[in-house]
Amino acid sequence: MIRIDAVTKRYPDGTVAVDRLSLDIPDRAITVLVGPSGCGKTTTLRMINRMVEPTEGSILLDGQDIRRQPVNTLRRSMGYVIQNAGLFQHRTIVDNIATVPRLLGWGKQKARARAAELMERVGLDTSLAKRYPYQLSGGQQQRVGVARALAADPPVLLMDEPFSAVDPVVRKGLQDELLRIQNELGKTIVFVTHDIDEAIKLGTTVAVLRTGGRLAQFAPPAELLSAPADPFVEDFLGADRGIRRLSFFSSAGLELQSGPVVPLDADAERLASGGPAPYRLVTDADGRPLGWGAPDELTAGRIDRDRLLPYGRPFLPGTDSLRTALDGAVLSPSGWAVAVDGEGRAVGVVSQQAIGEAIRAAHTEDRQDAKAVR
Amino acid sequence: MNGFFDIPSDLQYGYFGLIGLHLREALLPVLAGLLVALPVAQLCVRFRWLYAPVFGVTTVLYAVPSLAFFVLLIDYTGMTETTVMIPLAVYSLVVLVPAIVDGVRSVPPETLAAATAMGLGPVRRYLQVQLPIAVPAIIAGLRVAAVSSISLVSIGMLIGNQGALGNLLNDAQIYHRPPLAVNSVLTTAVLGILVDAALVLVRALLTPWMPRKGVTR
Amino acid sequence: MNVFDFAHAFFGDGAHWHGQDGIPTRFGEHILYSLEAVGIAAAIGLPVGLVTGHHGRGGNALASIATAARALPTFGLLVLMFTWLGFGLLPVMIPLVALAVPPILVTSYEAVRSVDPPPVDAARGMGMPEARILLQVELPVALPLILSGLRTAAIQVVSTATIAAYVSFGGLGRYIIDGLAQRDYEKVVGGATLVVGMALATLGVFWAVSRIAVSPGVRRSG
Repeated sequence: MIRIDAVTKRYPDGTVAVDRLSLDIPDRAITVLVGPSGCGKTTTLRMINRMVEPTEGSILLDGQDIRRQPVNTLRRSMGYVIQNAGLFQHRTIVDNIATVPRLLGWGKQKARARAAELMERVGLDTSLAKRYPYQLSGGQQQRVGVARALAADPPVLLMDEPFSAVDPVVRKGLQDELLRIQNELGKTIVFVTHDIDEAIKLGTTVAVLRTGGRLAQFAPPAELLSAPADPFVEDFLGADRGIRRLSFFSSAGLELQSGPVVPLDADAERLASGGPAPYRLVTDADGRPLGWGAPDELTAGRIDRDRLLPYGRPFLPGTDSLRTALDGAVLSPSGWAVAVDGEGRAVGVVSQQAIGEAIRAAHTEDRQDAKAVR
Repeated sequence: MNGFFDIPSDLQYGYFGLIGLHLREALLPVLAGLLVALPVAQLCVRFRWLYAPVFGVTTVLYAVPSLAFFVLLIDYTGMTETTVMIPLAVYSLVVLVPAIVDGVRSVPPETLAAATAMGLGPVRRYLQVQLPIAVPAIIAGLRVAAVSSISLVSIGMLIGNQGALGNLLNDAQIYHRPPLAVNSVLTTAVLGILVDAALVLVRALLTPWMPRKGVTR
Repeated sequence: MNVFDFAHAFFGDGAHWHGQDGIPTRFGEHILYSLEAVGIAAAIGLPVGLVTGHHGRGGNALASIATAARALPTFGLLVLMFTWLGFGLLPVMIPLVALAVPPILVTSYEAVRSVDPPPVDAARGMGMPEARILLQVELPVALPLILSGLRTAAIQVVSTATIAAYVSFGGLGRYIIDGLAQRDYEKVVGGATLVVGMALATLGVFWAVSRIAVSPGVRRSG
């Protein structure tokens, strides 16, 4: 565990970048430091590997003050990923990744083999090994940066806005990769970002810092969204807090109706037995949804495929959140969301009302849990 | 200091006369170099492909040792001042073209885009936006060119005593008066430093928009 | 008789290719002086420029020293040294080294200063010792600029070593100085041609070194 103990960073000209910050960063999880510019998040991160020294307070790594050990030993035991990757432009990709192992005394062969291994792990084609940084795209360069940080298998990974300099599509890919890698490796990751959505997506716990370097709130994302500590945090979280929070509720408990799901060749009886609501979800022979049939379009035995309305985005019950389900229902012309299984076959539909009730139930449960804890 | 300022009459100039002559011989070529470098640099900025060949040619010209350059010109311009000034102009050109190009290129693209959007044509953009912002880089180049020029003029002494203050070196030998040599070196050095300082002053006057604090460029 | 005729006559004369005043000897002497001067200047200028550039302080002091050194007229200094120290290698080396140090010093300082900060920051964060950062991260990237500074210094030294002949020294300048004194224009032009050739050869050497020493990753991304 990394314990940040009442750390302050004051500069000679009087600016206070970090103000009596105390934080316990748990092992094997992603802790995100987020906040507006000037909130000291990068400064705090850089104090962990002593790129910046605190004016007051101390930082303890597994109980030991980090100042006790030689600074380079400390740094070599932590991975450090920065914006724009900071790759060595004069070295090949594989030699870039092999930097820390070589620093630790590994032989060239061993280091390069490890580098190749890591390239695969971060999703880079090994054919890029002998290329130079200028030949890679921004997203690829960032991956190399991550691989380089992981090369010596450090228990701790420090990441300073690593994905901010790439476009949103690439960023999403990198974020998903990070979550996957974390799943496999279980590192202690301290991640700095100014993007609250990135913080919510990646963080097991999120520390919101305010300008001037003070801690506003330190909590898991769901709690942050449901119970912001003060107006600043609420404001920083932005609009649609309630809806975004729904991503933390599972759609597993939703009651699905299979009645309205009818095959293309349904007869009049089948059409009528689908329930009181007029729309029907028409599926093909395999059970895959084709579209919603408006009431006046449904003629038994001769349902016209081309007149069906698009069914929007389906959701996987259990895997997807209530937010996805709600989004599907809102997008649907019938007001009902379509639930599918792993193969894409329709397993049922659920109305906006039913989803709404499920949301309320989830909130109640949440509040009861909170009460029980207190 | 005996005899330090006592200039032999065969040089046909007094002490300050020699200084004036030296400055003229050194700085006129720099001016000429600047006048040629400005349009050449603009062409290089406009047509990016030009820069590489121009740079190549100027590098080669710069490599030609001054004495050899003087010698090769004797056939055409005789043992005169001009023979010394032409190579100096070429050397200044060589230093100034890259300096101007770098300076002009350092103008932020957004600034240039704004100027274009406001309707400023290429020549106006060059004169009103790019050059002024390039001034620090140009002056840096001018400093190097001017100081080198002042130093190189002395070599002209070998070409029929066309070296202004450098001629004192010859006289120091013939008349066995070492102080004259010291004079030559010190005066030339001081001239160089003064011209350098003057250019720094000019830069300060021309760029009120620049922050004053520690600019190492 | 024009320049080309003179040159042709000079090189055509067999006597010019042998002995103490022969082309090979003079060429060799010239290369020797130049290498020595540039070597010493590099030994002084490179470490100071690189280390100062790495730490970022002292740039102004460096610039002032360089300006002062440049202001010293090389030729005058040469004559003066000869007058005070007499005949020998030292009176020639001092002005040449004084001439070569400023470009090397200033250029290596600027070269290191202009290195992109993120890779240096990343290297430090990885636990690389400062000296290693300078040599393995900053130097390779700064190399093109450093080489250009060395090249400038070399060119100036080759050029000025020509003039060393004025103080009775050897080298290719011998032909020019003697020729001017003896009004032997064959010699003068021949010497001038040789010196130009040597300068061009110096350019060529640096071009080749740059191709070999500079990493492809740096050359393209510049």
